[in-house]
Formats: sequence, structure tokens, C-alpha cells
Amino acid sequence: MKDLVTIENLSRDFANTKALNDVSLAIKPGSYTVLLGPSGSGKTTLLSILGGFLQPSSGRVLINGADCTNVPPAKRPTATVFQDYALFPHMTVENNVGFGLRMRGVDSATRTARAEEMLTLVGLAQSAGKKPHQLSGGQRQRVALARALIVEPAVLLLDEPLGALDLKLRRQMQDELKAIQKRVGTAFIHVTHDQEEAMALADHVVVMNNGEIEDEGTPEKVYAQPASRFSATFMGESTIINNHAIRPEHITIVKSKGRLGSATVADIVYQGSYKRVLAKSDATQFIIRMPAETTLTVGETVQLDCASNHMIKLLR
Amino acid sequence: MMLRLTSSIYAALIYGFIFLPVFVLVLFSFQASLFPIPPFNGPSLRWYAAVLADKRLVAGLGNSILLALSTSALATVLGFLSAWGFARFQLPKSGLMRGLITAPLTISYLIIGMGLLVFFNWIGIPKSLIAVGIGHVVINMPLCFAIIYSQMGDHQANIERAARDLGAPEWKVLSLITAPLLWPAIFASFFLSMTFSWDEFVISFLLTRFDTTLPVEIWNLLRAGLNPKTNAVGSLVFGVSILMAILFEVFAFRKRPA
Amino acid sequence: MALISNRAGWASVSPALGWTLVFFVLPFAAMLAISFYPQDGSGFSLAAYTQFFASPSYYYALFNSLEVTGLVTAISILLAYPFAWILADVVPERWQRLALTLAVLPFWTSYVVRSYSWLLVLSENGLVNATLVKFGILSAPIQLANTRGATVIGFVHFFVMLLTLTIYANLKQLSPNYRKAAADLGAGPIRSFIHVVLPLTLPGIMVGAFLTFVLAIGDYITPQILGGNNELLMPQLIMMQIGRRGDFTSASALSIILMLVVTLAYLLCARWLKIERT
Repeated sequence: MKDLVTIENLSRDFANTKALNDVSLAIKPGSYTVLLGPSGSGKTTLLSILGGFLQPSSGRVLINGADCTNVPPAKRPTATVFQDYALFPHMTVENNVGFGLRMRGVDSATRTARAEEMLTLVGLAQSAGKKPHQLSGGQRQRVALARALIVEPAVLLLDEPLGALDLKLRRQMQDELKAIQKRVGTAFIHVTHDQEEAMALADHVVVMNNGEIEDEGTPEKVYAQPASRFSATFMGESTIINNHAIRPEHITIVKSKGRLGSATVADIVYQGSYKRVLAKSDATQFIIRMPAETTLTVGETVQLDCASNHMIKLLR
Repeated sequence: MMLRLTSSIYAALIYGFIFLPVFVLVLFSFQASLFPIPPFNGPSLRWYAAVLADKRLVAGLGNSILLALSTSALATVLGFLSAWGFARFQLPKSGLMRGLITAPLTISYLIIGMGLLVFFNWIGIPKSLIAVGIGHVVINMPLCFAIIYSQMGDHQANIERAARDLGAPEWKVLSLITAPLLWPAIFASFFLSMTFSWDEFVISFLLTRFDTTLPVEIWNLLRAGLNPKTNAVGSLVFGVSILMAILFEVFAFRKRPA
Repeated sequence: MALISNRAGWASVSPALGWTLVFFVLPFAAMLAISFYPQDGSGFSLAAYTQFFASPSYYYALFNSLEVTGLVTAISILLAYPFAWILADVVPERWQRLALTLAVLPFWTSYVVRSYSWLLVLSENGLVNATLVKFGILSAPIQLANTRGATVIGFVHFFVMLLTLTIYANLKQLSPNYRKAAADLGAGPIRSFIHVVLPLTLPGIMVGAFLTFVLAIGDYITPQILGGNNELLMPQLIMMQIGRRGDFTSASALSIILMLVVTLAYLLCARWLKIERT
């Protein structure tokens, strides 16, 4: 399958740091890509460059084979959902959604019909006549989505779209985003710092740090085989020993001597369906996931074990 | 790019329009001959000398400065006290009273001056600098109140509560905590009042007879038609204003809290 | 909420309140009173007001004021908006403060002097006439000063600066994401302006226009210096009552009428803004 978007050796300098450092990436058609990383990782910079709001210092962006590096946002086959939604406050929901079509010279009747379609897709058909300030955060987010999708972009760019929502609403919106993406078939590129969000939505995760790509692949692959120390500790948690990473659910407490040696329980955090246990030995801090019924006391010495195939060698 | 070019031309035209009269003013203040009109014979400082020698102008200048300083100080103090009172206490009909205090902001100076003229005439206060001073406080106090009141939010209130909790009496809270925290607002109020008082014409014109302020003295000069002396005093005022602004910038930067 | 008695609060606000009552409310009441009670002691009379509606030379002053102020407001907005937009969007960020300061600089001369300066430019022997005559474009100087045009120019000069500042602040306050979204959806700079920026800055323009109206209609200095006595505006008419005739009654009545006009404008403006908000 030919790549939809090709990012070649993209760099972006900023003051005396590199916001992006020689980043290359390929996006497949119909995929849901999540750019995952902490603030300052370069993920938002990359998204801005893809959208045409920022110029790279070097490198190229190709969309459908065409070099779009210097093409302004209006002429690119991309559409962006902004972090604060940027809905035009003086226009109704319907006019907001129809704006892109209006710019393309589509007549009023068609615009209304298409806007109604899109609003139905996002579940807001009855809100067509309302103004943005009359809607809740989640509703505004959906309008922003409809407004971007209506112009049928090749790629939809989303800049931390769920950041402003509370946990329950976020989970709900994640499900909806995924469903809409499957329905519409457009490639989504979604920026977030929330690794759970990444795992829930992506079929292609790109872990970024310090302007570079640390790791890439399906969520299952990145979780099971993290390429770098950063990736192992940012996407999920890990215990790091001798350049190997071990996931918390793979460490067990045994009665006899374990492969990982002994450690002292330092902290036990109850999380409902499990307990998160921190144990320390001289050299290592262990993060262990234990069943909720486990009884341990702080200060207790335990023997830790794990299977050899669960010790993942890190490349960086 | 086309946009850049038209923008530059337009901006240049507007700047030109803005600077034209001042340019002519300053240029012909250095006129050597008798009239501030082309052709320009000069440069000469004779008109600046004439200004400094003109006792009325110099007196007017002194009066303006004195008036600006004293009325601004009073306006700021009254504004501060009332802002504090309304912000920290639940006074009945607070909205109404605050509206009353800020009402003068919406009334033309001419009408305020007229009112004072009629009122003073009625109760027998003669035309004088004091009368003008009263008027200047009337126009500037609402401004001081509005600026300082807008800065007295909950954040401030919590810091004051902490001070009270630690045992400070009310007047100490006011002088050691509230006032210093509000320093930028107080300074801005004072500075703005100075600016408005210094340049104020109508109220000064209506309420003075012999001792008067600089703008009124300049107005009197205008009776004599186009006169390079007017250019000179205008340019001097201009120069001093710029100097004050530069000093303000420097001062404000030094005073920035860490 | 206050743990200390309200007495301290009352003590604190009394001076300002007292000052306002004695030196603002009372004078206003006195002015109102005297407009109904002429100084010759003839008792209650509406003469000062009826005189206004009866003599053309009086009510024309109001019409002239409204016309001039309307003209000034419209021209100033049309000139200032593009200028403010250039300062906010075209000029690079780090030069904007300097650009603004430069635009405001010439107004640090006193207001009286600034108006006088336009006389230097527009009078018979002033810069414009002298230059045009010298280059043979005119054979004799033309009347530029002491006209309504001169007053308008004098006002526009000041209010372009004021409106530039307010519109600039307004533009800066607008989230850049609105424009990015418009661009992203296919709007070029002109359409982005018409559909997004202009509607969103309209309330701010309205406020600026109102400010211009209020300040201009109550200004005595500019029309007196530049317009002369050929066409009187309201402030000049008012001053004339005091100066020439010492007629406080007429002056007060005219001032009240002027104030009512301004209040009417304020109510209209507030109503419009409220409608805009929904």
C-alpha cells in the first residue's frame, strides 16, 4: 500500500534548540496514527508542519506523492481540529460546519444538506441552529470534528482534542472518535500526551521525545517490545535492569529464590482492580502489579521472579 | 508580496498624516523671522528665549505642574481608599455608589466645568487655581478608583487575610500589604491623572481668571495669531513629555518585582 | 464576610463619595436648577429650552455637531482599521510596540498645541497653501482654515490615533486559532477578514466609535481653533453664552441638551451591543 503521507528528514530549529531533529515517518491511508509524547517532544510542532501552519527548517512533507512542504493550509488536503476547537463564536453550528464548503464555492442548499449529514454523523443534528457558547465542551469538540471532516481531507489532524474534557467524557469521546474514523475512512493523525488514549485509539503509535522518534508501531508491539528506555517508561511502566525492561504484570513474588533477587516493599497503592507495589533493592526500583487481594506490608522483604522471555532488551 | 507593498504605502501615508502638524510645529519653532510659515529662515533659538523670558508662560508652567502633582495625589488617595472600601466590605447599595463615583467619566469636561462654574458662582468660591484643582480631582478620581478597584480581586483579599491572621492591625494591613501589592495600579492611576490634569484646558479656562495653567496661557497666545513663540512653547512641552515617557519606561523597568 | 465592622469600610469610601456628591452631583443640580431659573430673578421658566428649539442659529449648532461628529467617526474608523490591522498583523511582533509608540508620539504635544499646529498647515500662509502657490498649482491661497473641513481634519487626526489603539488591542485579543481555522478551511486573507475577523471585532469598533462620538461632540478646542466662528458647534455655542453674555441660564440649558444627546447615543450603543451578544 502506497504511503498517504511521507515525512522526510524534517527538522525545525527554535532559538537554540531543535524542536524537531531529522524526523522521518510514513502514514498509511485509512490509519489512525497517534503522536505520543510529553510536552516539548515535538509532536505538536510536527502536526503544525503537517497542517502548513509552520515551515520546517529542512526536510519535506509529501501528501499523496505531491511535495506540500511550502503549500499554505488552505491549499493542502489536510484539515485540523484545534485544541481549543476555534469554533467561530458569531456563527451558528450549521454555518461553522458549512464554512469550508462555502470557501469552496458550494451553494447554500448543498451546504445545508451536507452540514446536516455531518452533524448527524457526530450526533448533533438538533444543534444546527445553536451558537458555540450554548454548547458543552464535548459538543463543541464534535462540531469542530464535523467542520473539519466536511471538506473531505486526505488527512485529519487533531491537536490534543480531548485534553479539555473530564475522564468519563474523554473515554466516551475516544470511542466515538474511533468509530467515526472507521466510518469515514480518513487517515487521522492525533497528538496526545496520554498513553492510555494512544493505546485505545491508535493502530499506529509514534512515541516522541526531544524532537525525535523514540519508538513506532502498533500499540501492542510498542508495549510488548519497547525500543528504548524512554518508550518503556512513557508508554506504560517498566522496571529497568541492565538495559532490559520488565513490565509490572510480568514480575511475580515467589517463596523461594527468584531470578530478580530480593527487594524491600517501599509503597503499596490500591487501584481498585489491582495493587501497584513499589519495591527497592540496592540497585533497582521495581514496579510490580499484584492482584487486589494481595496482602503485603511496607518494609517486608520479598523475592521477585519473572520469565526470561519477559525481559525485553532495549535498543537505546 | 502585493500585500506587503500596499501595507507599507498605506502605513507610510498614515504616519505622514500623523506627524505632519508636529513636524511643522517643531520646524518653525526654530524660525528666525517673525512668522511660523514658509519660507524657513533659521535655525534660531530666539523664540525659545522669548518663551523662557515670558513670565506668564513660566508662571503657567509652574501652576500646571503644581496642580497636576497635587490633584493627582489627592485623586489617587481618594480612589485607593474608596476602592479598598468597596472591595473589602459588604456595603449596602454598593453598585449604586460605585456607579456614582465613576459617573464623571461619562460626562464631557465642558459640562463638568460648567457645573462647577455655576455652583461656585452660587456659593461664592472665586475663580482660582484651587477651583480648577477641585475640578481636576473630579475628573481624575473616577479613573483612579476604576483602575485600582479592578485590581483588588480575591487573590489580594487572601493575602490580606493572612496578614490579619498573623496579627496585623487594619491600618498596617493597608499600608504594609495592600498598598505595596497594588503599586502598579496606584502608579498607573497617578501617572494617568498627571497626564490628564497637565493637559486639561476647558475646566482651567472656565474656572481661572488671572493665575492660570499652561494650556490656558498658550490659548491666550493664540489670540495673537500665528506666532513662533507658540511653536516654541509647544515644542518644549512636547520635548518634556517625551523625556517623561522615557523616564517612566526606565523607572518602570527598574521597579519590576522579581 | 468581613470580620471587621463595616465602619472602617464606610470611613474609607466616604471621602470619595463626599467629593463626588459635593463637587459633581451638586454642581450638576445647580446647573439644572439655573437652567429653569434665569438670573434676572423672573422665576421658573422654560425659556432657555424653548429658545433652543425656536432659533435656527441654536439648533443648527446641534445639527452641525452631529454631522461633523458623524463624519469624523466614520472617516476615523475607515482610516484607523487598516492601520491597526497592519500594526497588529503585518508588522513583525518585536517592532509592534515601537510602531505603536511612534503612532502615538505626536499626540504628546498638548491638545491645544496640536490643534494649533494644524493651523500652521492649513492657514492662508501655512504649509499647504505656501507650497501649492510656490509650485504654481494655485495662483492664490485658498481658504482651508476656519472651515468645517479644517475641524474635521483636526478631529480625524486625533481620533485615528485613538481608534488605532483600541482596534489594535481588539485584534490582538482575538485568538490566532480563529484565523488558522479559517485558513485551514480554505479562506484566503481577505475572506478570513470578512467572515471571521471583522465580525468578531465589530463590538470593539462600536465601543471605539462611541468613545469618538462622545469626546468629539463635547470638544471646544478643535472647532474653535480650526473651524472658527463661521459655523458654530454646540460647545462653541455654550461657551459663547458664558463669555459674551454671562448667560449661565442659556449655557446650562444647552449643556443639559448636549448631555441628553450623549445619553441617547449611549443607550442606543448599549442596546446594540446587547443584541450583538446573543
